[in-house]
Amino acid sequence: MGKKILLEHINVPGIKSLDVYRQNGGYASVEKALKTMAPDVIVEEVKKSGLRGRGGAGFPTGMKWSFLAKPEGVERYLVVNADESEPGTFKDRYLMEKIPHILIEGMITSSFALGAKTSCIYIRGEYFYVSRILEAAIEEAYAAGLLGKNILGTNFSHDIFVQVGAGAYICGEETALLESLEGKRGNPRIKPPFPAVAGLYGCPTVVNNVETIASVPYIVMNGGDDYAKIGIGRSTGTKLISASGHINKPGVYEIEMGITVEDFIYSEEYCGGILNGKKLKAVVAGGSSVPILPADLILKTEKGEPRLMSYESLSDGGFATGTMLGSGGFMVYDETTSIVKNLYTFARFYHHESCGQCSPCREGTGWMEKILHRIVEGHGKHGDTDLLWDIQRKIEGNTICPLGDAAAWPVASAIRHFRAEFEEYINHPERIKEFKHLQELVS
Amino acid sequence: MAKVTIDGESIEVPDGTTILQAARMIGGDNVPPAMCYHSKLKTSGGYCRTCIVKVSKGSDKDPRPMPKLVPSCRTTVMDGMEVQNNTSPEVLEARRGVVEFLLINHPLDCPVCDQAGECHLQDLGYENGAAKTRYDFPRRKFNMIDIGPNIKMHMTRCIMCFRCVKTADQITDNRVHGMLFRGDASEISTYIEKAIVNDFSGNMIDVCPVGALTDKTFRFKSRVWFTKPMDAHRDCKKCSGKVALWEKGNEVLRVTSRKDKWGESEEWICNECRFDKKDIKDWVIEGPRHIDRHSVISLNHYENVVAKLKIDIAKQQKQIVDKK
Ligand SMILES: Cc1cc2nc3c(=O)[nH]c(=O)nc-3n(C[C@H](O)[C@H](O)[C@H](O)COP(=O)(O)O)c2cc1C
Ligand code: SF4
Ligand code: SF4
Ligand code: SF4
Ligand code: FES
Repeated sequence: MGKKILLEHINVPGIKSLDVYRQNGGYASVEKALKTMAPDVIVEEVKKSGLRGRGGAGFPTGMKWSFLAKPEGVERYLVVNADESEPGTFKDRYLMEKIPHILIEGMITSSFALGAKTSCIYIRGEYFYVSRILEAAIEEAYAAGLLGKNILGTNFSHDIFVQVGAGAYICGEETALLESLEGKRGNPRIKPPFPAVAGLYGCPTVVNNVETIASVPYIVMNGGDDYAKIGIGRSTGTKLISASGHINKPGVYEIEMGITVEDFIYSEEYCGGILNGKKLKAVVAGGSSVPILPADLILKTEKGEPRLMSYESLSDGGFATGTMLGSGGFMVYDETTSIVKNLYTFARFYHHESCGQCSPCREGTGWMEKILHRIVEGHGKHGDTDLLWDIQRKIEGNTICPLGDAAAWPVASAIRHFRAEFEEYINHPERIKEFKHLQELVS
Repeated sequence: MAKVTIDGESIEVPDGTTILQAARMIGGDNVPPAMCYHSKLKTSGGYCRTCIVKVSKGSDKDPRPMPKLVPSCRTTVMDGMEVQNNTSPEVLEARRGVVEFLLINHPLDCPVCDQAGECHLQDLGYENGAAKTRYDFPRRKFNMIDIGPNIKMHMTRCIMCFRCVKTADQITDNRVHGMLFRGDASEISTYIEKAIVNDFSGNMIDVCPVGALTDKTFRFKSRVWFTKPMDAHRDCKKCSGKVALWEKGNEVLRVTSRKDKWGESEEWICNECRFDKKDIKDWVIEGPRHIDRHSVISLNHYENVVAKLKIDIAKQQKQIVDKK
């Protein structure tokens, strides 16, 4: 069994409640941080831990924290990103639903390190019931003197607010999230300035993912060096993976980074192999935005080394033969899957979620969806594959926020690795109904 | 001060200047086209992506190139920065892509569009567009709406540049219009078609780079190139009273703000001057207005084209002779 940091106590009955959570060592990091540590020391420990943002981009958290501007007399904020809308990702929900106090504890400790008197959780509207769980947990924390004025008798005071979004994917992008939090339309801001300088209400702000903040208590209790020993290379610590698709045991798993992808898919501890003993066809390893990889490339890198569940190994080979760890939304496709249809579903999503501010994403996402729609309906035209390729290329890198890239990458990777399948759809629309022939194309 | 080099030409500009502004200071053919930036509107720019350029050298201090193309209207220069606009095939290709994106859902009903002749999208398409569209789906359509008594909103032609929203935000009190919906379904709208009644709302027409916002008092009266622009002024309590009159014969067909050579209003004018003063006697005429922007309305446009044609033909003739 790999080491568990976030889910260690997940099965303890009643762990949702403050009492049981504390009996299992909960809130010790608040005690330790507020009473024995200087804020800068905590930031230093987080730096040493090598913790990287779990929201998708994998930016080093300690570094992000040290960029936070600290002008005199200006409020600072910590905002927790619980928008979790990336298709294939459902780990934050699991954590907040089952063990909400780990997030609250992380927020208090992190806010102390950042000097933030107020923090917020921005949670997607579809998780309304989870927002209730969080609010109940926050109430318990206030009652226990862990929130509010002079926490545990120290000078540190802190308040947490929960804000429910209206269910737009784009509001997970950190600046759109801040706009939405301010009560405006959730449009991404044009950067610079970055939130670390001008974030919520123009004040310096750190935006972090739920899982990132939930990892902080362990680092404070055990030290950054100890955390850095878990994992591999610059992928330190554990990572929650939302596993779904054609596997025997879908669910949320906490893995030590560095286990092999093969182990993750086939071992009984994790996914338990492909459903009904079928063959693996492809994997989207980090949420719908990251490039899809065919079976051979997800199990082994181009050099023939086993692919590991880590930031570096998954991106080995760049986009030509690699992908990204992303948010850890691990979607597994067996041999019966139509990659083209799957891509159409993704394209529909990005088209629907584009905010519409910049021309390439606003127009390009709709165009790609329309082309894919006609292809899956059997009306694809010769040249459509090349046209799709060209459109995605003109979106990528030329938009205000990364949603444009996120819409382009799945298209690019599906064509890169499964071009024959697109051509099959276009040239033989009459055979679309039977997917079996697609297997031969891949192998 | 910072020294920046754009397509091989250098200029020293004050710190905080954007690449686009620096390029405009240099002038000439290497100025990136801009659809959503407007010099008189704060926080404008960054949306349309037509003004993208390549920063091949970040600065003297940090010479690394920028990893992606950047919007020149939103990127400030650094000392020693080197920028490629027309000299970068990558930029030109990406820009053609942007133009294509702006056009795929555009109605291209120029023959019946009041903006024709002074439309930035026409110019952009002419200079950077492909002759044929690769888009073969139905184009999106919206119903026309009225924004107040004098402005017609033709959303189908909108390119989402946000200039009108920022105008409403920054020069009129009480903004009642903005963006509704999302992605390619978004609309510029007054919420529930609430009219904008405001002394300065007419300026939204002038900032609109396309024919999405048009002057109802001028609609379908004339093609702009049949009207003659004159600088004129009057005593006005609300604004400077300095306008451009568009005449046909002795009739004033339209009043607009005076626009600089980038097609951006020099000064805002009030609705009274714009919509109510259509009698030549209301105005002191200063003289004909020179239109710099090389658009169809530009007075000497045809001369230029002819001159260029002559050069091109001469070149070709020379090539033929050389080959022989
Ligand atoms: C379109 C889009 C959607 C995003 N959605 C989320 C999200 O749901 N949750 C999240 O934590 N980060 C999301 N992100 C990433 C955030 O912008 C931001 O990088 C992240 O919250 C930072 O936290 P971290 O450093 O802890 O990862 C999204 C980014 C984009 C461009
Ligand atoms: S890339 Fe898409 S989602 Fe992001 S700002 Fe542009 S239009 Fe909006
Ligand atoms: S807005 Fe411009 S391009 Fe569009 S129809 Fe009018 S003149 Fe033509
Ligand atoms: S109506 Fe005109 S000014 Fe307003 S966003 Fe559309 S194109 Fe721009
Ligand atoms: S003018 Fe720069 S992005 Fe539109």
